[in-house]
Amino acid sequence: MEAILTAVIPVVIIGIICGAVLVIASKLMAVKEDERFPAVRECLPGANCGACGFAGCDGYAKALCENSDTPANLCVPGADGVAKQLSEILGVAFEDVVEQVAVVHCAGNCHKTQDKVDYQGIQSCAAAKLMYGGKGSCTYGCLGLGDCMNACPQNAIEIKDGVAHVNTKECIGCGICTRTCPNHLISLVPDVEKVVVTCSNCDKGAVTRKVCSNGCIGCKKCERVCPSGAIKVVDNVAVIDYKKCNDCKDFGVCAKNCTTGCIMISDLRGMHSVKKET
Amino acid sequence: MTKLIIILLSAVFINNYVLSRFLGICPFLGVSKKLDSATGMSLAVIFVMLMATAVTYPIQFFLLDPNGLGYLQTIVFILVIAALVQLVEIVLKRYIPSLHKSLGVYLPLITTNCAVLGVTILNIDEGYTFIEAMVNSLGSGLGFFLAMVMFSGVRSTIEGSDVPESFKGLPITLVAAAITSLSFLGFGGVIENLFA
Repeated sequence: MEAILTAVIPVVIIGIICGAVLVIASKLMAVKEDERFPAVRECLPGANCGACGFAGCDGYAKALCENSDTPANLCVPGADGVAKQLSEILGVAFEDVVEQVAVVHCAGNCHKTQDKVDYQGIQSCAAAKLMYGGKGSCTYGCLGLGDCMNACPQNAIEIKDGVAHVNTKECIGCGICTRTCPNHLISLVPDVEKVVVTCSNCDKGAVTRKVCSNGCIGCKKCERVCPSGAIKVVDNVAVIDYKKCNDCKDFGVCAKNCTTGCIMISDLRGMHSVKKET
Repeated sequence: MTKLIIILLSAVFINNYVLSRFLGICPFLGVSKKLDSATGMSLAVIFVMLMATAVTYPIQFFLLDPNGLGYLQTIVFILVIAALVQLVEIVLKRYIPSLHKSLGVYLPLITTNCAVLGVTILNIDEGYTFIEAMVNSLGSGLGFFLAMVMFSGVRSTIEGSDVPESFKGLPITLVAAAITSLSFLGFGGVIENLFA
């Protein structure tokens, strides 16, 4: 009996001492966590898309709590609803979120352009791009193997006739596809705009013409007809400055006058504006 | 001084805790997938090994041995090391948040890691002085670090190679671990002859 006690008592004493030290230490050195953090995190959609510029929703929530200068309207997928909730929790003024949708700047489908090789490799745009710039005769165009489609969290992108199409009604504007496309064909535009340049070919007009009947040949006709000076031909491709394009008196004139038809009118109302209307 | 160097080098290479003594295999297989987590884990292990030795060595010689309680060594050491790691975690969280951020995830994982316990017990079994015990702990930690970093390299190579279906995952990892540990057998006898 005594032998057991001499073993048990020291261990119990040491255990009690260790426990007491831990309890005291955890009381004395408790670190306060921001109580707004769970609430803020709860508001965010949890898509971890990175459209806000932070590492996922946790990162954005942390930045919002720790740094009061962080704007509360950075969550594009969450749109106005989330921004309103965030500004309520954080006690800052509500600012409208600029909702955006993704747009593919290429319309060179299989009727308009041709393949130069029969690509049999890994079915991914990134891999195909490494092989002589892809299978199509236009090295700037959509590779059509669907890297953006696989990356899209909303399944809003599909490949039709070898070109990616964004179903704008489903697009939340997170911008993951813009970072995935090896040819950087996809960009985010404010979801009220309706004129899109569907070509990214920087070659001279004659070269572009040979590889794709849809390609922008850089004729600058659109530049001349645009009443607000929003279109500029840069590197043989028309580029629309959407800041100037906003209130066009003569809407769609550029699309009507485009020689090759690469400027198109398209309905870009995204998921958020569809929700607002209903 | 020579003795300290011999202790340090043999702890790193010959008596490597993972590859020769087969202690601490759990983190060795579990956290070695990526280089940065392997480094983080190893740094935490080095840190805890040193702390644990510094605490358990006096406990053995001033508390257990004088009272004839040497046989309680294992259980008391586990208790003390576990409490110590918890305490260190609390202190780090409060005063050095940056260190807590890089080591924090790994600290609870090694509270009663067998490599840590092994170092403290072997230090006493070998009859080291306090300084020698600390050097041995440092060497053991560095050896763990070496094994982890090497093995994370091996594993990333395995990830990219064509492994037969039945060997995929853990089997090929264990085979690779065995080969890596075999290679460390080559160090046997090197250190003794270096200083002979």
